[in-house]
Amino acid sequence: MNWPALIVFIALFVFVTGLGFAAARWRAGDLSLLSEWGLGGRRFGTFVTWFLLGGDLYTAYTFIAVPALIYGAGAVGFFAIPYTVIIYPILYLVFPRLWKLSHRNGYVTSSDVVLGQYGNRWLALAVAITGLVATMPYIALQLVGMQVVIGAMGVPGDGLLGDLPLIIAFVILAAFTYTSGLRAPAMIAVVKDVLIYVVVIAVAIWIPYRLGGFEPVFAAVPPAKLLLTPPAADSFGSYSAYATLAMGSALALFLYPHSMTAILSSSSPNAIRRNAALLPAYSLVLGLLALLGFMALALHVGGNPAYADGFKRYGNNFAVPALILETFPGWFAGIAFAAIAIGALVPSAIMSIACANIVSRNLYKGFLRPNATGPEQTAVAKIASLIIKAGALVFIIFVPVPFAIQFQLLGGLWMSQVLPSVVLGLYLRILNGWALLAGWAVGAGLGTWMASTTSFKAAVFTVTFMGTSFPSYIALWALGANIIVSVLLSLLLKPFVAPAAGHAIAAD
Amino acid sequence: MATPTGPEPRWHWTRFLFILPFIAMFWVSSYNRVDPVLFGFPFFYWYQLLWIVLAAAIAGIVYKAEH
Repeated sequence: MNWPALIVFIALFVFVTGLGFAAARWRAGDLSLLSEWGLGGRRFGTFVTWFLLGGDLYTAYTFIAVPALIYGAGAVGFFAIPYTVIIYPILYLVFPRLWKLSHRNGYVTSSDVVLGQYGNRWLALAVAITGLVATMPYIALQLVGMQVVIGAMGVPGDGLLGDLPLIIAFVILAAFTYTSGLRAPAMIAVVKDVLIYVVVIAVAIWIPYRLGGFEPVFAAVPPAKLLLTPPAADSFGSYSAYATLAMGSALALFLYPHSMTAILSSSSPNAIRRNAALLPAYSLVLGLLALLGFMALALHVGGNPAYADGFKRYGNNFAVPALILETFPGWFAGIAFAAIAIGALVPSAIMSIACANIVSRNLYKGFLRPNATGPEQTAVAKIASLIIKAGALVFIIFVPVPFAIQFQLLGGLWMSQVLPSVVLGLYLRILNGWALLAGWAVGAGLGTWMASTTSFKAAVFTVTFMGTSFPSYIALWALGANIIVSVLLSLLLKPFVAPAAGHAIAAD
Repeated sequence: MATPTGPEPRWHWTRFLFILPFIAMFWVSSYNRVDPVLFGFPFFYWYQLLWIVLAAAIAGIVYKAEH
């Protein structure tokens, strides 16, 4: 047991817990309203939105998994960087529009948007369920990040006792989310970011300093992993795979319920636009973090018997914790691990609130009790947030991690299939709700089939056309089919159906 | 703090600059190389990190132009 690390870790965790409960009184609003509990009253300015979206998009799992991928697979893991380069133009151009539409009509979720645009409750249901199904494994994976750092501090990882720290952390998370709503993660995100920045700057300066610059870091990388494998003449090979992974991930990102929640909680379209210029600061941090994978190679943590047990239990996800343990004194490792664990709390809280908003607005009010009052919707959302977190916890305790990762991969490709319904309708007036539903089904079906041909292990599927191979991210193939079906069917159906009623949900 | 949506931006031609990060990042063969090395970073790595800064600058330029 690494006591200095553990004590610092627990102290920071307790501090953050207090903050989570105190957040209920921050810019106090009527927490019985869903837009207050679940969107923080839509009052977060540029600054808070920066922390909230940052905490939301750059999660604990990212901090563990991206360097782990670089450590194991090399250059291809760096696709996270082009991905974060192209998300911000998309954020600037598309999402202020969605914000305005939502603000005008009181929408809380993307399913609300779809129902308002097309008046088709089955399409709205498909969008709602896609969001729930895609987010659940994502919450579960945040717990993996937490599990790894708790294990790294020497807390025994086997049996129910091993899961106890995780259960305690999640009960705390559930309690403050229940009382404070979105205000809690918004406030905690500030602490998390200060810790992350301190840790990343320390690591990115100290380790190259110790090794004598970045040259030895890259020199330690096997040549085959340092760059992408150049493709053969008749294939786009690793190049199209790399570019489409970045593009597909970028398109899916803002469709996830938790991104939508963070975007809709900002106070104005300008707060969103300013963040398109300010959020990339996190991407630089992510870039430095990614290189931690190579630093772990340079310090040979994988061959060090002290970490053999950790690598055995957590695989390459142990690369970053091992690197931190190897390089820093116990108390600093405690800060670093707390940063990662708190970095798991923030997105878990936002994700569960986002899912709770969907359950309340689109399943409960949408299908069970159309006349549900505001306080009733909030009560349902709060209980739903508890059930969702319990579900994620059970998922991670009883389901093997590789399965959670495969499920999350599928979630990402299903999530991108709501793009035509949520975003395209902002630009194309001809789209029809039933056509979009058909497109969604075709996209999700095709994507799932393509993934099944790789036994749900790979994200890339190769299509060969006129003798040339195009290996591409499955989500993009599926999205292509989805858009074609949606647009063609809309055109075919046009003479037979009245134009979309565009009936808006009452703003309550 | 009643719902201030702020002044709406004027559409400005600088929005076309947003196409640059897409072209740069999708053209993978242009940056899948080691040289030139900068501060020990192979080109592949520093070039993509540089684009984070450039894309943020473009967003800043468009915002300034529109407000």
